[in-house]
Amino acid sequence: MAPPRHRNRGFSRRIQYGLFFGYVAAGAGVVVGLALILIARFDPPVFQGIRGLALDATAPITAATRPIVRGTSSVARDIGDYFNAASENGSLRKQLADARRDLIQARVLAFENARLKRTLKLVDGQTQPIVAARIIGSDLSGTRRFATLAAGSADGVAPGQPVRAADGLVGRIAEVGSHAARIVLLTDGGSAVPLRVVRTGEAALGEGRGDGALEVHSTTVGGVGFRRGDLLITSGVGGVYPPDLPVAVVTGTSGEIATARPLAEPAKLDFALVLPQAAAPPPVAPPAGRKRH
Amino acid sequence: MPIFVSDLEQPSALRLQALPITSTLIGSCVGLLPFVSTAPVIPPVGLLMALGWRLLRPELWAAWVALPLGLTDDLISGAPPGTAMTLWTIAFLGIDLVDSRPMWRDHWLDWWIAAVAILFCALGQWAIGAFVAGGGTLWPLIPPTILAILAFPPIARLCAALDRWRLAQ
Repeated sequence: MAPPRHRNRGFSRRIQYGLFFGYVAAGAGVVVGLALILIARFDPPVFQGIRGLALDATAPITAATRPIVRGTSSVARDIGDYFNAASENGSLRKQLADARRDLIQARVLAFENARLKRTLKLVDGQTQPIVAARIIGSDLSGTRRFATLAAGSADGVAPGQPVRAADGLVGRIAEVGSHAARIVLLTDGGSAVPLRVVRTGEAALGEGRGDGALEVHSTTVGGVGFRRGDLLITSGVGGVYPPDLPVAVVTGTSGEIATARPLAEPAKLDFALVLPQAAAPPPVAPPAGRKRH
Repeated sequence: MPIFVSDLEQPSALRLQALPITSTLIGSCVGLLPFVSTAPVIPPVGLLMALGWRLLRPELWAAWVALPLGLTDDLISGAPPGTAMTLWTIAFLGIDLVDSRPMWRDHWLDWWIAAVAILFCALGQWAIGAFVAGGGTLWPLIPPTILAILAFPPIARLCAALDRWRLAQ
Protein backbone atom coordinates (compact mmCIF):
# COMPACT_ATOMS: atom_id res chain seq x y z
CA MET A 1 0.00 0.00 0.00
CA ALA A 2 1.27 3.44 -0.84
CA PRO A 3 2.08 5.95 1.88
CA PRO A 4 -1.08 7.52 3.26
CA ARG A 5 -2.35 10.84 2.07
CA HIS A 6 -1.11 13.24 4.64
CA ARG A 7 -2.04 16.69 5.78
CA ASN A 8 1.35 17.97 4.58
CA ARG A 9 0.63 17.25 0.92
CA GLY A 10 -0.40 20.68 -0.27
CA PHE A 11 1.04 23.88 -1.57
CA SER A 12 -1.61 26.29 -0.42
CA ARG A 13 -0.13 28.87 1.92
CA ARG A 14 -3.35 28.93 3.95
CA ILE A 15 -3.28 25.18 4.53
CA GLN A 16 0.40 25.29 5.46
CA TYR A 17 -0.27 28.01 8.04
CA GLY A 18 -3.16 26.00 9.40
CA LEU A 19 -0.91 22.95 9.82
CA PHE A 20 1.76 25.00 11.49
CA PHE A 21 -0.81 26.43 13.89
CA GLY A 22 -2.00 22.89 14.63
CA TYR A 23 1.48 21.81 15.68
CA VAL A 24 2.02 24.94 17.77
CA ALA A 25 -1.32 24.32 19.52
CA ALA A 26 -0.43 20.67 20.13
CA GLY A 27 2.96 21.62 21.59
CA ALA A 28 1.40 24.28 23.80
CA GLY A 29 -1.26 21.77 24.85
CA VAL A 30 1.38 19.27 25.96
CA VAL A 31 2.99 21.98 28.09
CA VAL A 32 -0.41 22.86 29.59
CA GLY A 33 -1.06 19.15 30.23
CA LEU A 34 2.24 18.77 32.07
CA ALA A 35 1.38 21.87 34.11
CA LEU A 36 -1.99 20.30 35.00
CA ILE A 37 -0.19 17.15 36.17
CA LEU A 38 2.16 19.22 38.33
CA ILE A 39 -0.83 21.06 39.81
CA ALA A 40 -2.58 17.74 40.46
CA ARG A 41 0.55 16.61 42.27
CA PHE A 42 1.17 19.66 44.42
CA ASP A 43 -2.26 21.27 44.82
CA PRO A 44 -4.93 18.59 44.31
CA PRO A 45 -7.97 20.59 45.57
CA VAL A 46 -7.79 22.86 42.49
CA PHE A 47 -9.53 20.28 40.29
CA GLN A 48 -12.11 19.16 42.82
CA GLY A 49 -14.92 21.20 41.27
CA ILE A 50 -14.51 20.14 37.66
CA ARG A 51 -13.82 16.51 38.53
CA GLY A 52 -16.84 16.44 40.80
CA LEU A 53 -18.95 17.71 37.90
CA ALA A 54 -17.58 15.03 35.58
CA LEU A 55 -18.30 12.42 38.24
CA ASP A 56 -21.91 13.60 38.60
CA ALA A 57 -22.34 13.57 34.84
CA THR A 58 -21.06 10.02 34.32
CA ALA A 59 -22.46 8.31 37.43
CA PRO A 60 -26.03 7.88 36.03
CA ILE A 61 -24.70 5.84 33.07
CA THR A 62 -23.07 3.40 35.44
CA ALA A 63 -25.96 3.35 37.90
CA ALA A 64 -28.53 2.62 35.21
CA THR A 65 -26.72 -0.40 33.77
CA ARG A 66 -25.47 -1.91 37.02
CA PRO A 67 -28.53 -4.14 37.77
CA ILE A 68 -28.27 -5.79 34.33
CA VAL A 69 -24.65 -6.70 34.90
CA ARG A 70 -25.29 -8.00 38.39
CA GLY A 71 -28.06 -10.17 36.99
CA THR A 72 -25.97 -11.75 34.25
CA SER A 73 -22.78 -12.22 36.25
CA SER A 74 -24.43 -14.47 38.81
CA VAL A 75 -26.12 -16.85 36.35
CA ALA A 76 -23.14 -19.22 36.01
CA ARG A 77 -22.76 -19.44 39.76
CA ASP A 78 -26.47 -20.12 40.24
CA ILE A 79 -26.33 -23.08 37.85
CA GLY A 80 -23.32 -24.51 39.70
CA ASP A 81 -25.15 -24.08 43.02
CA TYR A 82 -28.06 -26.14 41.75
CA PHE A 83 -25.87 -29.18 41.13
CA ASN A 84 -23.92 -28.88 44.37
CA ALA A 85 -26.99 -28.28 46.48
CA ALA A 86 -27.02 -31.56 48.42
CA SER A 87 -23.37 -31.68 49.47
CA GLU A 88 -23.33 -27.94 50.13
CA ASN A 89 -26.40 -28.27 52.33
CA GLY A 90 -24.61 -30.74 54.58
CA SER A 91 -21.48 -28.68 54.97
CA LEU A 92 -23.47 -25.49 55.54
CA ARG A 93 -25.50 -27.17 58.29
CA LYS A 94 -22.23 -28.11 60.02
CA GLN A 95 -20.84 -24.59 59.57
CA LEU A 96 -24.02 -23.11 60.98
CA ALA A 97 -23.79 -25.23 64.12
CA ASP A 98 -20.15 -24.14 64.59
CA ALA A 99 -21.04 -20.53 63.96
CA ARG A 100 -23.87 -20.63 66.49
CA ARG A 101 -21.50 -21.87 69.22
CA ASP A 102 -19.00 -19.11 68.28
CA LEU A 103 -21.78 -16.53 68.29
CA ILE A 104 -22.84 -17.40 71.83
CA GLN A 105 -19.20 -17.19 72.91
CA ALA A 106 -18.86 -13.83 71.13
CA ARG A 107 -21.97 -12.45 72.85
CA VAL A 108 -20.56 -13.42 76.23
CA LEU A 109 -17.26 -11.74 75.34
CA ALA A 110 -19.00 -8.62 74.04
CA PHE A 111 -20.93 -8.30 77.28
CA GLU A 112 -17.78 -8.78 79.32
CA ASN A 113 -15.91 -6.30 77.10
CA ALA A 114 -18.57 -3.64 77.60
CA ARG A 115 -18.52 -4.23 81.36
CA LEU A 116 -14.71 -3.93 81.51
CA LYS A 117 -14.77 -0.77 79.42
CA ARG A 118 -17.34 0.73 81.76
CA THR A 119 -15.20 -0.05 84.79
CA LEU A 120 -12.17 1.54 83.09
CA LYS A 121 -14.28 4.51 81.94
CA LEU A 122 -12.92 4.07 78.40
CA VAL A 123 -14.53 6.40 75.90
CA ASP A 124 -15.44 4.63 72.72
CA GLY A 125 -15.49 6.64 69.52
CA GLN A 126 -18.54 4.78 68.24
CA THR A 127 -20.21 7.05 65.73
CA GLN A 128 -23.10 6.72 63.36
CA PRO A 129 -22.32 6.31 59.66
CA ILE A 130 -22.96 9.42 57.59
CA VAL A 131 -24.74 7.64 54.79
CA ALA A 132 -25.28 4.18 53.34
CA ALA A 133 -25.06 4.16 49.56
CA ARG A 134 -24.74 1.85 46.60
CA ILE A 135 -21.37 1.23 45.00
CA ILE A 136 -22.16 1.61 41.32
CA GLY A 137 -18.95 1.06 39.43
CA SER A 138 -15.24 1.41 39.22
CA ASP A 139 -12.56 2.63 36.89
CA LEU A 140 -11.81 -0.47 34.85
CA SER A 141 -8.92 0.54 32.66
CA GLY A 142 -6.76 3.01 34.55
CA THR A 143 -3.83 2.22 36.78
CA ARG A 144 -5.50 3.68 39.87
CA ARG A 145 -8.13 1.66 41.71
CA PHE A 146 -11.26 3.72 42.19
CA ALA A 147 -14.89 2.83 42.80
CA THR A 148 -17.88 5.10 42.38
CA LEU A 149 -20.38 5.61 45.19
CA ALA A 150 -23.92 6.83 44.58
CA ALA A 151 -23.80 9.56 47.24
CA GLY A 152 -22.08 12.92 47.17
CA SER A 153 -21.62 16.16 49.04
CA ALA A 154 -25.41 16.62 49.10
CA ASP A 155 -25.53 13.60 51.44
CA GLY A 156 -22.72 14.89 53.64
CA VAL A 157 -19.91 12.94 52.02
CA ALA A 158 -16.53 14.70 52.06
CA PRO A 159 -13.05 13.74 50.86
CA GLY A 160 -11.04 11.73 53.36
CA GLN A 161 -13.92 9.89 54.99
CA PRO A 162 -13.46 6.13 55.41
CA VAL A 163 -15.86 3.76 53.68
CA ARG A 164 -16.75 0.32 54.97
CA ALA A 165 -18.98 -2.52 53.91
CA ALA A 166 -20.47 -5.30 55.98
CA ASP A 167 -17.37 -7.46 55.53
CA GLY A 168 -14.76 -4.82 56.23
CA LEU A 169 -13.01 -1.64 55.20
CA VAL A 170 -13.35 -0.65 51.54
CA GLY A 171 -11.27 2.51 51.26
CA ARG A 172 -11.69 6.22 51.63
CA ILE A 173 -13.38 9.02 49.71
CA ALA A 174 -11.09 10.68 47.19
CA GLU A 175 -13.33 13.23 45.53
CA VAL A 176 -16.97 14.17 45.64
CA GLY A 177 -19.54 15.45 43.21
CA SER A 178 -22.88 16.56 44.53
CA HIS A 179 -24.54 13.15 43.95
CA ALA A 180 -21.60 10.80 43.45
CA ALA A 181 -18.23 10.22 45.03
CA ARG A 182 -15.07 8.41 44.06
CA ILE A 183 -13.57 5.94 46.55
CA VAL A 184 -9.87 5.12 46.58
CA LEU A 185 -9.91 1.39 47.22
CA LEU A 186 -7.53 -0.16 49.76
CA THR A 187 -5.77 -1.90 46.90
CA ASP A 188 -4.93 1.36 45.09
CA GLY A 189 -1.22 2.04 44.82
CA GLY A 190 -1.63 5.33 46.69
CA SER A 191 -3.49 3.91 49.68
CA ALA A 192 -1.93 3.05 53.05
CA VAL A 193 -3.78 1.86 56.16
CA PRO A 194 -2.34 1.48 59.69
CA LEU A 195 -3.21 -2.05 60.77
CA ARG A 196 -2.98 -4.39 63.70
CA VAL A 197 -2.53 -8.16 63.56
CA VAL A 198 -5.30 -9.69 65.67
CA ARG A 199 -3.28 -12.79 66.66
CA THR A 200 -0.25 -10.90 68.00
CA GLY A 201 -1.44 -7.33 68.47
CA GLU A 202 1.51 -6.09 66.43
CA ALA A 203 1.24 -2.90 64.40
CA ALA A 204 1.58 -3.04 60.63
CA LEU A 205 1.06 -0.90 57.59
CA GLY A 206 -0.99 -2.10 54.61
CA GLU A 207 -0.21 -0.58 51.24
CA GLY A 208 -2.16 -1.19 48.04
CA ARG A 209 -0.41 -2.93 45.18
CA GLY A 210 -2.86 -2.01 42.45
CA ASP A 211 -3.64 -5.64 41.57
CA GLY A 212 -6.30 -6.53 44.11
CA ALA A 213 -3.96 -7.31 47.00
CA LEU A 214 -2.35 -5.45 49.87
CA GLU A 215 1.31 -5.48 50.82
CA VAL A 216 1.61 -5.53 54.60
CA HIS A 217 4.78 -4.29 56.30
CA SER A 218 5.39 -4.96 59.96
CA THR A 219 6.14 -1.77 61.87
CA THR A 220 7.10 -3.64 65.03
CA VAL A 221 10.84 -4.23 65.31
CA GLY A 222 11.74 -7.84 66.15
CA GLY A 223 8.13 -8.93 66.23
CA VAL A 224 6.65 -12.37 65.72
CA GLY A 225 5.84 -11.61 62.11
CA PHE A 226 2.91 -12.73 60.01
CA ARG A 227 1.38 -16.12 59.39
CA ARG A 228 -0.98 -17.20 56.65
CA GLY A 229 -4.56 -16.63 57.69
CA ASP A 230 -3.81 -13.79 60.11
CA LEU A 231 -6.70 -11.35 60.41
CA LEU A 232 -5.75 -7.68 60.04
CA ILE A 233 -7.85 -4.91 61.56
CA THR A 234 -7.44 -1.14 61.56
CA SER A 235 -5.41 0.16 64.48
CA GLY A 236 -6.88 3.67 64.42
CA VAL A 237 -3.39 5.20 64.47
CA GLY A 238 -3.29 8.47 62.58
CA GLY A 239 -6.96 9.12 63.10
CA VAL A 240 -8.25 8.62 59.57
CA TYR A 241 -9.72 5.14 59.91
CA PRO A 242 -11.65 4.22 63.04
CA PRO A 243 -10.03 1.40 65.07
CA ASP A 244 -11.02 -2.28 64.98
CA LEU A 245 -12.57 -2.49 61.53
CA PRO A 246 -11.77 -5.79 59.83
CA VAL A 247 -9.57 -5.14 56.80
CA ALA A 248 -7.82 -8.13 55.27
CA VAL A 249 -6.54 -11.67 55.66
CA VAL A 250 -2.88 -12.57 55.13
CA THR A 251 -2.53 -14.89 52.14
CA GLY A 252 1.24 -15.21 51.89
CA THR A 253 4.37 -14.15 53.70
CA SER A 254 7.96 -13.49 52.79
CA GLY A 255 10.01 -12.38 55.75
CA GLU A 256 8.79 -9.13 57.25
CA ILE A 257 6.42 -8.48 54.36
CA ALA A 258 3.10 -10.21 53.80
CA THR A 259 0.49 -10.20 51.08
CA ALA A 260 -3.09 -9.81 52.16
CA ARG A 261 -6.48 -9.93 50.46
CA PRO A 262 -9.16 -7.42 51.50
CA LEU A 263 -12.19 -8.93 53.24
CA ALA A 264 -14.64 -6.62 51.52
CA GLU A 265 -14.35 -7.56 47.88
CA PRO A 266 -15.47 -4.50 45.91
CA ALA A 267 -16.56 -6.65 42.97
CA LYS A 268 -19.29 -8.19 45.11
CA LEU A 269 -20.27 -5.12 47.10
CA ASP A 270 -23.75 -3.70 46.92
CA PHE A 271 -23.82 -1.14 49.65
CA ALA A 272 -21.19 0.68 51.61
CA LEU A 273 -21.28 2.89 54.69
CA VAL A 274 -19.49 6.20 54.75
CA LEU A 275 -18.12 6.83 58.23
CA PRO A 276 -17.08 10.16 59.70
CA GLN A 277 -13.36 10.71 59.85
CA ALA A 278 -12.14 9.30 63.17
CA ALA A 279 -10.30 12.53 63.99
CA ALA A 280 -10.05 15.37 61.52
CA PRO A 281 -6.43 15.97 60.51
CA PRO A 282 -5.01 19.33 61.59
CA PRO A 283 -5.79 22.00 59.00
CA VAL A 284 -3.00 22.73 56.57
CA ALA A 285 -1.44 26.12 57.24
CA PRO A 286 -1.94 28.27 54.16
CA PRO A 287 1.32 29.24 52.49
CA ALA A 288 2.28 32.85 53.11
CA GLY A 289 1.16 35.36 50.48
CA ARG A 290 -1.41 33.08 48.92
CA LYS A 291 -5.14 32.92 49.28
CA ARG A 292 -6.76 29.53 49.43
CA HIS A 293 -10.49 29.03 49.04
CA MET B 1 -7.20 8.66 -5.67
CA PRO B 2 -8.46 12.00 -6.98
CA ILE B 3 -12.14 11.37 -7.47
CA PHE B 4 -14.20 14.45 -8.15
CA VAL B 5 -17.15 14.68 -5.78
CA SER B 6 -19.62 17.51 -6.09
CA ASP B 7 -20.58 19.40 -2.98
CA LEU B 8 -24.22 18.57 -3.38
CA GLU B 9 -23.69 14.85 -2.82
CA GLN B 10 -21.60 15.20 0.34
CA PRO B 11 -23.06 13.98 3.62
CA SER B 12 -23.67 16.69 6.18
CA ALA B 13 -20.62 18.31 7.76
CA LEU B 14 -21.98 17.41 11.18
CA ARG B 15 -21.88 13.72 10.40
CA LEU B 16 -18.46 14.03 8.77
CA GLN B 17 -16.87 15.75 11.73
CA ALA B 18 -18.92 14.58 14.67
CA LEU B 19 -18.85 10.83 14.15
CA PRO B 20 -15.13 10.25 14.79
CA ILE B 21 -15.22 12.52 17.86
CA THR B 22 -18.41 10.97 19.24
CA SER B 23 -17.24 7.41 18.73
CA THR B 24 -13.98 8.20 20.54
CA LEU B 25 -15.89 9.73 23.46
CA ILE B 26 -18.15 6.68 23.63
CA GLY B 27 -14.96 4.60 23.67
CA SER B 28 -13.75 6.59 26.68
CA CYS B 29 -17.07 5.86 28.40
CA VAL B 30 -16.60 2.09 28.07
CA GLY B 31 -14.56 2.29 31.29
CA LEU B 32 -17.78 3.36 33.03
CA LEU B 33 -19.40 -0.03 32.59
CA PRO B 34 -20.76 -0.97 35.97
CA PHE B 35 -18.32 -3.70 36.88
CA VAL B 36 -16.32 -3.11 40.02
CA SER B 37 -12.85 -4.57 39.90
CA THR B 38 -9.72 -4.44 41.99
CA ALA B 39 -7.34 -4.77 39.05
CA PRO B 40 -7.37 -3.10 35.63
CA VAL B 41 -9.20 -5.41 33.20
CA ILE B 42 -10.51 -3.44 30.26
CA PRO B 43 -8.23 -1.95 27.60
CA PRO B 44 -8.40 1.84 27.12
CA VAL B 45 -11.04 1.81 24.37
CA GLY B 46 -11.01 5.62 24.05
CA LEU B 47 -7.32 5.57 23.14
CA LEU B 48 -7.84 2.65 20.75
CA MET B 49 -10.67 4.49 18.94
CA ALA B 50 -8.59 7.66 18.69
CA LEU B 51 -5.62 5.71 17.28
CA GLY B 52 -7.91 3.83 14.92
CA TRP B 53 -9.32 7.03 13.45
CA ARG B 54 -5.93 8.71 13.33
CA LEU B 55 -4.27 5.85 11.44
CA LEU B 56 -7.24 5.33 9.15
CA ARG B 57 -7.74 9.00 8.21
CA PRO B 58 -4.51 10.96 8.76
CA GLU B 59 -6.00 14.08 7.16
CA LEU B 60 -9.15 14.06 9.28
CA TRP B 61 -7.90 15.68 12.47
CA ALA B 62 -5.61 18.61 13.20
CA ALA B 63 -2.57 17.88 15.34
CA TRP B 64 -4.14 19.34 18.49
CA VAL B 65 -7.33 17.29 18.50
CA ALA B 66 -5.90 14.77 20.99
CA LEU B 67 -5.86 17.54 23.63
CA PRO B 68 -9.64 17.87 24.17
CA LEU B 69 -10.18 14.13 23.58
CA GLY B 70 -7.53 13.26 26.14
CA LEU B 71 -8.81 15.78 28.67
CA THR B 72 -12.33 14.35 28.40
CA ASP B 73 -10.94 10.85 28.84
CA ASP B 74 -9.11 12.01 31.99
CA LEU B 75 -12.27 13.52 33.45
CA ILE B 76 -14.33 10.43 32.67
CA SER B 77 -11.78 7.96 33.98
CA GLY B 78 -10.74 9.93 37.07
CA ALA B 79 -7.07 9.99 36.11
CA PRO B 80 -5.13 13.13 37.08
CA PRO B 81 -6.24 15.84 34.57
CA GLY B 82 -3.59 16.20 31.88
CA THR B 83 -2.55 12.53 31.82
CA ALA B 84 -4.21 11.30 28.64
CA MET B 85 -4.21 14.86 27.29
CA THR B 86 -0.40 14.93 27.29
CA LEU B 87 0.25 11.29 26.41
CA TRP B 88 -2.24 11.07 23.53
CA THR B 89 -0.96 14.33 22.01
CA ILE B 90 2.65 13.16 22.19
CA ALA B 91 1.62 9.83 20.64
CA PHE B 92 -0.24 11.65 17.84
CA LEU B 93 2.77 13.89 17.17
CA GLY B 94 4.91 10.74 17.02
CA ILE B 95 2.54 9.25 14.44
CA ASP B 96 2.79 12.50 12.45
CA LEU B 97 6.55 12.04 12.49
CA VAL B 98 6.18 8.50 11.14
CA ASP B 99 3.69 9.72 8.52
CA SER B 100 6.16 12.32 7.27
CA ARG B 101 8.51 9.53 6.14
CA PRO B 102 7.52 8.27 2.70
CA MET B 103 7.45 4.54 3.26
CA TRP B 104 5.14 1.73 2.34
CA ARG B 105 2.41 1.27 4.84
CA ASP B 106 0.18 -1.68 5.43
CA HIS B 107 -2.08 -3.00 8.12
CA TRP B 108 0.79 -4.70 9.97
CA LEU B 109 2.87 -1.54 10.18
CA ASP B 110 -0.18 0.38 11.44
CA TRP B 111 -0.61 -2.26 14.12
CA TRP B 112 3.03 -1.87 15.13
CA ILE B 113 2.65 1.90 15.33
CA ALA B 114 -0.52 1.52 17.42
CA ALA B 115 1.22 -1.01 19.69
CA VAL B 116 4.08 1.39 20.38
CA ALA B 117 1.59 4.20 21.06
CA ILE B 118 -0.47 1.98 23.42
CA LEU B 119 2.64 0.88 25.28
CA PHE B 120 3.83 4.47 25.56
CA CYS B 121 0.46 5.63 26.92
CA ALA B 122 0.25 2.73 29.41
CA LEU B 123 3.74 3.34 30.79
CA GLY B 124 3.15 7.09 30.83
CA GLN B 125 -0.14 6.69 32.66
CA TRP B 126 1.52 4.49 35.24
CA ALA B 127 4.42 6.91 35.69
CA ILE B 128 2.14 9.95 36.04
CA GLY B 129 -0.13 8.05 38.43
CA ALA B 130 2.89 7.11 40.52
CA PHE B 131 4.13 10.72 40.45
CA VAL B 132 0.80 12.22 41.47
CA ALA B 133 -0.42 9.77 44.09
CA GLY B 134 2.21 7.07 44.55
CA GLY B 135 1.76 3.99 42.40
CA GLY B 136 1.85 0.28 42.93
CA THR B 137 3.93 -2.19 41.00
CA LEU B 138 4.03 -2.19 37.22
CA TRP B 139 2.97 -5.75 36.56
CA PRO B 140 -0.84 -5.46 36.97
CA LEU B 141 -0.59 -3.21 33.91
CA ILE B 142 0.74 -5.96 31.64
CA PRO B 143 -2.45 -7.98 30.92
CA PRO B 144 -4.65 -5.00 29.94
CA THR B 145 -1.85 -3.59 27.78
CA ILE B 146 -1.43 -6.85 25.87
CA LEU B 147 -5.22 -7.02 25.58
CA ALA B 148 -5.24 -3.45 24.25
CA ILE B 149 -2.65 -4.29 21.59
CA LEU B 150 -4.62 -7.36 20.55
CA ALA B 151 -7.86 -5.35 20.56
CA PHE B 152 -6.51 -2.75 18.15
CA PRO B 153 -7.27 -4.57 14.86
CA PRO B 154 -10.98 -5.13 15.67
CA ILE B 155 -11.27 -1.52 16.84
CA ALA B 156 -9.58 -0.38 13.62
CA ARG B 157 -12.12 -2.45 11.68
CA LEU B 158 -14.89 -0.80 13.67
CA CYS B 159 -13.48 2.63 12.77
CA ALA B 160 -13.35 1.60 9.11
CA ALA B 161 -16.98 0.43 9.21
CA LEU B 162 -18.04 3.68 10.87
CA ASP B 163 -16.00 5.57 8.29
CA ARG B 164 -17.79 3.82 5.44
CA TRP B 165 -21.12 4.79 6.95
CA ARG B 166 -19.85 8.33 7.60
CA LEU B 167 -18.91 8.87 3.96
CA ALA B 168 -21.92 7.03 2.52
CA GLN B 169 -24.65 9.05 0.88
